[in-house]
Amino acid sequence: MAELSGKFLVGVYDDDDTVLHAVPRLRKAGVKIKEVYSPFPIHGMDEALGHPRTRIGIAAFMFGVTGCICALVLMIWTMGIDWPMIVGGKDPISIPNYIPITFELTVLFTAFGMVTTFFISNGLGPGTHFHPRFDVRSTDNKFVMAIDLGRNSMSEEEISRALRDSGAEEVNLKQF
Amino acid sequence: MHVTSPVREPLIQGGKTYADVTEDICRQVEGAPTKEWKIAFGISLLVLAYGSACLAWTWWEGLGVWGLNKTVGWAWDITNFVWWVGIGHAGTLISAILLLFRQKWRTSINRAAEAMTIFAVLCAASFILMHMGRPWMAYWALPLPNAFGSLWVNFNSPLVWDVFAISTYFSVSLVFWYIGLIPDLATIRDRATSKVSRFMYGTFAMGWDGSAKTWSRYEYISLILAGLSTPLVLSVHTIVSMDFATSVIPGWHTTIFPPYFVAGAIFSGFAMVQNLMLITRVVYRLEDYITLEHIETMNKVITLTGSVVGVAYITEFFIAWYSGVEYEYYAFFNRMTGPYWWAYWAMMTCNVISPQLFWSRKLRRSITFTFFISVVVNIGMWFERFVIIVTSLHRDYLPSSWAMFSPTRYDIGDYIFSFGLFFTLFLLFSKYLPVINMAEVKAVIRSTSANPPAKIAGVAKVRQRGTAEPVFNKDKE
Repeated sequence: MAELSGKFLVGVYDDDDTVLHAVPRLRKAGVKIKEVYSPFPIHGMDEALGHPRTRIGIAAFMFGVTGCICALVLMIWTMGIDWPMIVGGKDPISIPNYIPITFELTVLFTAFGMVTTFFISNGLGPGTHFHPRFDVRSTDNKFVMAIDLGRNSMSEEEISRALRDSGAEEVNLKQF
Repeated sequence: MHVTSPVREPLIQGGKTYADVTEDICRQVEGAPTKEWKIAFGISLLVLAYGSACLAWTWWEGLGVWGLNKTVGWAWDITNFVWWVGIGHAGTLISAILLLFRQKWRTSINRAAEAMTIFAVLCAASFILMHMGRPWMAYWALPLPNAFGSLWVNFNSPLVWDVFAISTYFSVSLVFWYIGLIPDLATIRDRATSKVSRFMYGTFAMGWDGSAKTWSRYEYISLILAGLSTPLVLSVHTIVSMDFATSVIPGWHTTIFPPYFVAGAIFSGFAMVQNLMLITRVVYRLEDYITLEHIETMNKVITLTGSVVGVAYITEFFIAWYSGVEYEYYAFFNRMTGPYWWAYWAMMTCNVISPQLFWSRKLRRSITFTFFISVVVNIGMWFERFVIIVTSLHRDYLPSSWAMFSPTRYDIGDYIFSFGLFFTLFLLFSKYLPVINMAEVKAVIRSTSANPPAKIAGVAKVRQRGTAEPVFNKDKE
């Protein structure tokens, strides 16, 4: 995750519905919101913030296809080409018998590939950082909205007032 | 707005706020180990030590120390393996299948059930290693380039499918469980007071900050992992059952095995979850989170799957007679009336009759009775596997090779080893990790809490002040 710098206004809310309804109001008023941090997922928040839909599913599908192909290639090559083996009177290459392992490897590749993609795309990893940057309570019971002052044309006071009007119980200034 | 059906009881009792959830569930992680925990952990370690000694002797001396003979080549080893794998099915069922079905009651029990799954699969895997006799050759089961004339493993064999199925199941379950843990590890990291715990939980929390973008991806991958785990969990016990079903042994050679094994796995797994949760909720004072409603719902699943298992037993017996195959018929007749009749009837009583008692609402809401039946079900399911394996083998086609199996001290000791391993791991988990998924409970508390606290209901105020509020999908839920 890229290092943060600059001045941020941090609005602290104590309710998920309040913060969810605050987002479109603030955006309508012209405030550019950097991100909202919450202790649990708030459904509809990513659309409210205007985040694009995640494409991680495409990556997952690609990993699945890779797993499927790897499994089939492994079994067809070992059983049919490298050391052809007739078991139970079946052809050396008998696809129906390969289905279980093909399925297992498809699942394995999809799960691990997708989770690795998830870590990389979110900048998560062991030791990346040891605390939420804006408010430590955002993993407990507070819903925290961060606004980058450098990217907003409105003044600090105006944004601060807008945050309070939208239901924020605290507004703090954070400098990095 | 959040609408709660008045018919249903709230999932979380006691009018908890978000902070209460964090506080209640982190309590046991942050406090010093209690005396009860230390005693329980000490006993588990002793059991594990005794089991390890028996296992070490088994490996040192060879499989001759078991009660196996030329006729009964599989007995307690594979019985225990199938039993543990079966128990290991409940966790993924609760976390994946119930996620797809949008069953919110799973949030209170999924963490512990998934942990149980992982530990149970480890115990199962230990029996696979044990029954190889020479565990240092275990890698022969993998398709590795080798010096035996580039001979590969036989991919047509269900035993090789099993290697892939169990290892995929274990690693995918571990990933699913860990992904679910990350937000809660971050919560503990942010509350940590000592440097060590801050570093440890912080390392495993991977720098989680709970941003909206992360959460949306997180929910997306959880859904896909659930979608993957659902057929995976069904495939694992299907493949385990094929170890038997693709053979030509009377009593094993039946097409009903895959669905019958899967139902049995869920049956015994839920019973084990009940046992663990009934103790955990009292010891960690989590009665508000794991309520009678949860216990009752799980009992209903036990009754359903127990009934499926019962129907499978009867179908199997009917087909053995109706098929007209005398060997098949004899195998089943021998189970009922032969020298192992007591195992068969123990299985029938424990698995077919006992779960039917849960049709009584009073009994399925009784904690003592639920605990008792869960133990009975697990005993019954162990006997099911024993009956399938030993009674099918002990009288084969040649009466001259008929034999009996009786366990030795090492059969029993190696089984004890798995209990020691399981409870040691479970106790470590329940002390150092949150036993309930805090993030998920917080997400459902709103729509299900008995008395939503005033603060939580504060949204109405904001509504009045705002104009032309947009409607979110969430509001319509």
